[in-house]
Amino acid sequence: MGAFFAALLQYKFLQNAVMAGVLSSLACGVTGVYVVVKRITFISGGIAHAVLGGIGIAYYLGQDPLLGAALTALFSAVLLGLINLTARQHEDTIIGALWAVGMAVGIIFMALTPGYSVDLMSFLFGNILMVTEPVLWALFLLDLVILLVVAVFYRQFLLVCYDEEYARLRGLPVKTLYILLLALIALTVVILIKVVGLIMVIALLTLPAAVAGLFTHKLPRMMAVATGLSFLFILSGLALSYQLNLPSGATIVIMASIGYLAALAWRKLLPLARRRETTFKKLFP
Amino acid sequence: MIQVVKAIELHRVSFAYEDRLILEELSLTVGAGDFLAIVGPNGGGKTTLLRLLMGSLEPGQGEIKIFNQPPRKARRLIGYVPQQTVLDRDFPVTALEVVLMGRLAPNSLFPGYQKKDYTEAYAAMRAVGIETLADTRFGDLSGGQKQRTLIARALVSKPQLLLLDEPTASVDPAVAEDIYKLLARLNREVTIVLVSHDLGYVATHFRQVAYLNRRLTLYHPGGNGSGSSTDWFGDKSTVVRGG
Repeated sequence: MGAFFAALLQYKFLQNAVMAGVLSSLACGVTGVYVVVKRITFISGGIAHAVLGGIGIAYYLGQDPLLGAALTALFSAVLLGLINLTARQHEDTIIGALWAVGMAVGIIFMALTPGYSVDLMSFLFGNILMVTEPVLWALFLLDLVILLVVAVFYRQFLLVCYDEEYARLRGLPVKTLYILLLALIALTVVILIKVVGLIMVIALLTLPAAVAGLFTHKLPRMMAVATGLSFLFILSGLALSYQLNLPSGATIVIMASIGYLAALAWRKLLPLARRRETTFKKLFP
Repeated sequence: MIQVVKAIELHRVSFAYEDRLILEELSLTVGAGDFLAIVGPNGGGKTTLLRLLMGSLEPGQGEIKIFNQPPRKARRLIGYVPQQTVLDRDFPVTALEVVLMGRLAPNSLFPGYQKKDYTEAYAAMRAVGIETLADTRFGDLSGGQKQRTLIARALVSKPQLLLLDEPTASVDPAVAEDIYKLLARLNREVTIVLVSHDLGYVATHFRQVAYLNRRLTLYHPGGNGSGSSTDWFGDKSTVVRGG
């Protein structure tokens, strides 16, 4: 680990990477909690993969792929929000279709673009080491939007996630709030693409929040813990990947998974084992 | 002349999901201060009727008035207690937070509640006897405590009409008895309409009972029930309790 921190002081690209880690932790810590408590992992995965379509089209048109990603993410969020509220029975089928069609469109447009770009890999699997200063500013702005919207609509999101019927009775605009929440998740997906790539976005969106959920039952505390944990996963993954010369995105996801499994074992298996032990001692003193 | 206030007026209300008729030509009047229990089999349209009364569904035909207004406009007068099983057990929310949801309005922005909201929430929790459970996670409460919490949430918005969906479905008989006692006490101030499949209890305890299975039949345990309604009640009351 020492070598990583020595390099961190020395190299700008590593400092940028750590900064990107901080900024993306804020986004996925906060919105990831909603993904977990509202149980909309599949929708979030659909949005993440559909985003490739926008990236491909942006490439083809010679535009900034991040802009293409953001627009497609928001478009998919609105589309899936409307589908959830109108055609509930077929929701999963439609998400699956959007998931695949988005990727297909992206791959076709990338193939059509002259001079096939290696950047495709960095969108699929992320490359936190390639984050430049303008990208950091873009991430910062997206974070600001996400945190501001969550702060303003905090109580309303809570009620819509918990009990839609009652939210409607209280006169809340349930549809609009739900679509707004999906839009925030879409923005988070765009941020995370830079860090772990769109294929592994789901890991950072759900695992830190799921671990936090094992230790607290207050939503704001869960958000704070999830933010801290995702930074821990990103930083440790980054250091390990640097040390062992492994792909950073994949290493970060592995760290998050190890963290989740360890927390699960600690909270669920350990009490079980203890109970067994006491029963055993009672039966055979 | 004495003006009698009507809490609910249904005039030939029908509702269908796609081409399946759920409710057919319901007509009903509930006076302010009444306590009406609507019983009927699962799939008989009880929950659909509650949704119509709350204005989250629109009737295909007919007219609904709540305190002389269309349901959507009367929403602030309605308190609603859902079936506790529709709520996610694992959701990170405390009993107090659930009760506070009843104070939420469309313009409640930013996280904090006002001091008055907390005062009202604690008052409602005291009224139903759960004030010591404020910080307990909702999912960790017992069935009866959950029911009381949801009743407190409905009360905290000062409703004039309280709608309850199967308030005793997930609790044992002793707790159900307590909840009915609580509702009877609350009925001094609010009109109550509950739906239940618990026929036996309902038959012995309520002044007004209606049977709903696509069509609505009124039954008055006190006397003037129509012939057809006494038939079903006499037959089935012993079988269904607790089912």
